[in-house]
Amino acid sequence: MPKLIRLKDGEAFEAQDLFADVADEDAIPAGPVILSLTRFQAEGDALIGAGQAVGVRIEAGESVEDLAYDLPRLALVALVFPKNTDGRAFSSASLLRQRLHYAGEVRAVGDVLRERALFMMRCGFDSFVPTDGSTPAEWAATAERYRHVYQPAQDGRTPAFAERL
Amino acid sequence: MYRYDSIDKAIVEDRAQEFRGQVSRRLTGEITEDQFKQMRLMNGLYLQLHAYMLRVAIPYGSLNSRQLRRLAHIARTFDKGYGHFTTRQNMQFHWIKLAQAPDILDSLAEVDLHAIQTSGNCIRNVTADPYAGATAEEVDDPRVWSEVLRQWSTLHPEFSFLPRKFKFAVTAAEHDRAAIRVHDIGLILHRNDEGELGFEVAVGGGQGRTPYLAPTIRQHLPAGSLLSYSQAILRVYNRHGRRDNKFKARIKILVAALGAEEFARQVEAEWARIVAEQPDADLPAIELARIRGAFTPMNFETLPPRSAAFDAAKAGDRAFARFVRNNVKVHKQAGYAVVEISLKAIGATPGDISAEQMDAVADLGERYSLDDIRVTHEQNVVLPHVKLDDVPALYAALEAAGLASANIGLISDIIACPGLDYCALANARAIPIAQSIAQHFADQDRAELIGELKIKISGCINACGHHHVGHIGILGVDKKGEEFYQLSLGGSGAEDASLASILGPALPANRVPEAVDQIVERYLALRQGEERFLDTFRRVGMAPFKEAVYAEAH
Repeated sequence: MPKLIRLKDGEAFEAQDLFADVADEDAIPAGPVILSLTRFQAEGDALIGAGQAVGVRIEAGESVEDLAYDLPRLALVALVFPKNTDGRAFSSASLLRQRLHYAGEVRAVGDVLRERALFMMRCGFDSFVPTDGSTPAEWAATAERYRHVYQPAQDGRTPAFAERL
Repeated sequence: MYRYDSIDKAIVEDRAQEFRGQVSRRLTGEITEDQFKQMRLMNGLYLQLHAYMLRVAIPYGSLNSRQLRRLAHIARTFDKGYGHFTTRQNMQFHWIKLAQAPDILDSLAEVDLHAIQTSGNCIRNVTADPYAGATAEEVDDPRVWSEVLRQWSTLHPEFSFLPRKFKFAVTAAEHDRAAIRVHDIGLILHRNDEGELGFEVAVGGGQGRTPYLAPTIRQHLPAGSLLSYSQAILRVYNRHGRRDNKFKARIKILVAALGAEEFARQVEAEWARIVAEQPDADLPAIELARIRGAFTPMNFETLPPRSAAFDAAKAGDRAFARFVRNNVKVHKQAGYAVVEISLKAIGATPGDISAEQMDAVADLGERYSLDDIRVTHEQNVVLPHVKLDDVPALYAALEAAGLASANIGLISDIIACPGLDYCALANARAIPIAQSIAQHFADQDRAELIGELKIKISGCINACGHHHVGHIGILGVDKKGEEFYQLSLGGSGAEDASLASILGPALPANRVPEAVDQIVERYLALRQGEERFLDTFRRVGMAPFKEAVYAEAH
């Protein structure tokens, strides 16, 4: 089972992943699941109605806006990095937090490297399934490399211009 | 010169520290070259044919003497005693050892320099008018806004993994010395009819294999909204730019595919939302004022508009008079001049500068130019604030340093990319072609007779040598293992921007200087009045030049 790193109140720790990541061709198991957007749109209502915890996997080319009305019912949103150089999920995470006011878990999945920790955390990701075997301690260390940041973002860090006031 | 505060310093130091860790993981074998590649490319370190190359950012081409001396020190200590100024106002060192790269970054950080985002698919070093703060043309100082962009784009959480690299250029002057229309975003500062400061925003220009001039998507953006509007442009691009094909991934392709109008509509819609939901998307006025105030004040002396010493030297020394005609430009302040230092001595490598020359320019900049030194995208250096009284002494010192070539804007002031010897992408050498053309036109009287003629040479279709916007553009191509050169005419990267058109079949290297000569001779025969080559070309078209170069071959 891939490792899940969770971030809470500035602390990174390893957590048990209770969710089954369900491919479109697979049967939906009991318990918490993560579905593709298409599958969620087809079957999500029934599952949530039956009390199952459901998260949605958003591919890099899909729009988080399509989830706008479903977000309060979702257990998590997983944003896919198809390659570690594909930065679309950074915009998706920012929009989930800023525009759609989603307060639940935003998980980084796909090609997830600890070198991206700072960027991911700043855009509002709070859980990660790293592909490079990195540990929570390494993850936290990467995110803390910079004492200051220039931009306001979703992690609530005080940007340089506000520090200067 | 923008003076770093403790926050700016800390960010640069932290970056150097981060990179030291990454290099050490590579050197111990903890990570593979492939894994390391992504990290080094975020830091301007490329692996080239012969060695590593480190590209140092020179934000908006602005240096002080301390920084230039440090670059000289690095050239001497870690490289072969010279550096190379690029067409993006940066400096490259071509002979770097990986194990020493962290020490170089530490050394740079001590003088507020870095290599952050000088490579990778992120927002690259912001370039600007090298005459900023010195030219009477400008409505405001573009460096202030370039610095605003530099800070905002540094380690941007959302926009550091774009479909492709992303380049801003900023000017505030009528005369475009920053090649605004061939950038991903070109910003032209101006005042509208109400007198308010704002930007004309041009998006989607670029060179490479598919050149485009950037269309204007907004005539007047209030200056204070620069960051929120840039955020909107970058977000539309990050989400919708192509990622399936590296050669179609620049924003120019997205703008062309959607059309400028539809692209602008999407940006405006995104911008409206950003402004509504993100009150801190733009810097508060107090921070804009702080950044402006952090630039060293220029305490110009009140001087008469003419200088007896300057006039006497001009009258008495023909070489000095030639230097003044070509390299000395008007300053906004009476009694001062902008002095360009050509790095295009006949036979030299365009943009190369030795450690000794860097030290000499640093000394001269400190002594004669209020410690302010600029790099131009045409790979020359500018001392922006020289008293007319001091120009003769400055000229003498430049002559002693081998830096007094009086050829700014002339046919031997050639832009060339590093080419095959230094770049993994190139198909052909660019520097030897530039040298052979410059040698062919070494006669200074003839060069002045020809007048403004901009030759730009790229060693491959990625067009780092700006050949698409050369009055004469030269592109190196590989034909069955042999280097050939395709000439094109009529391009311009200035305010009259245009893309050059291909003259005809590519020529072997030894035919290039002769072909340029044939083009020049035909121009001189056709020229009317004060026409520049470009004006004549635009009036008469391609045919006469084609005939001049290819006629005897038929």
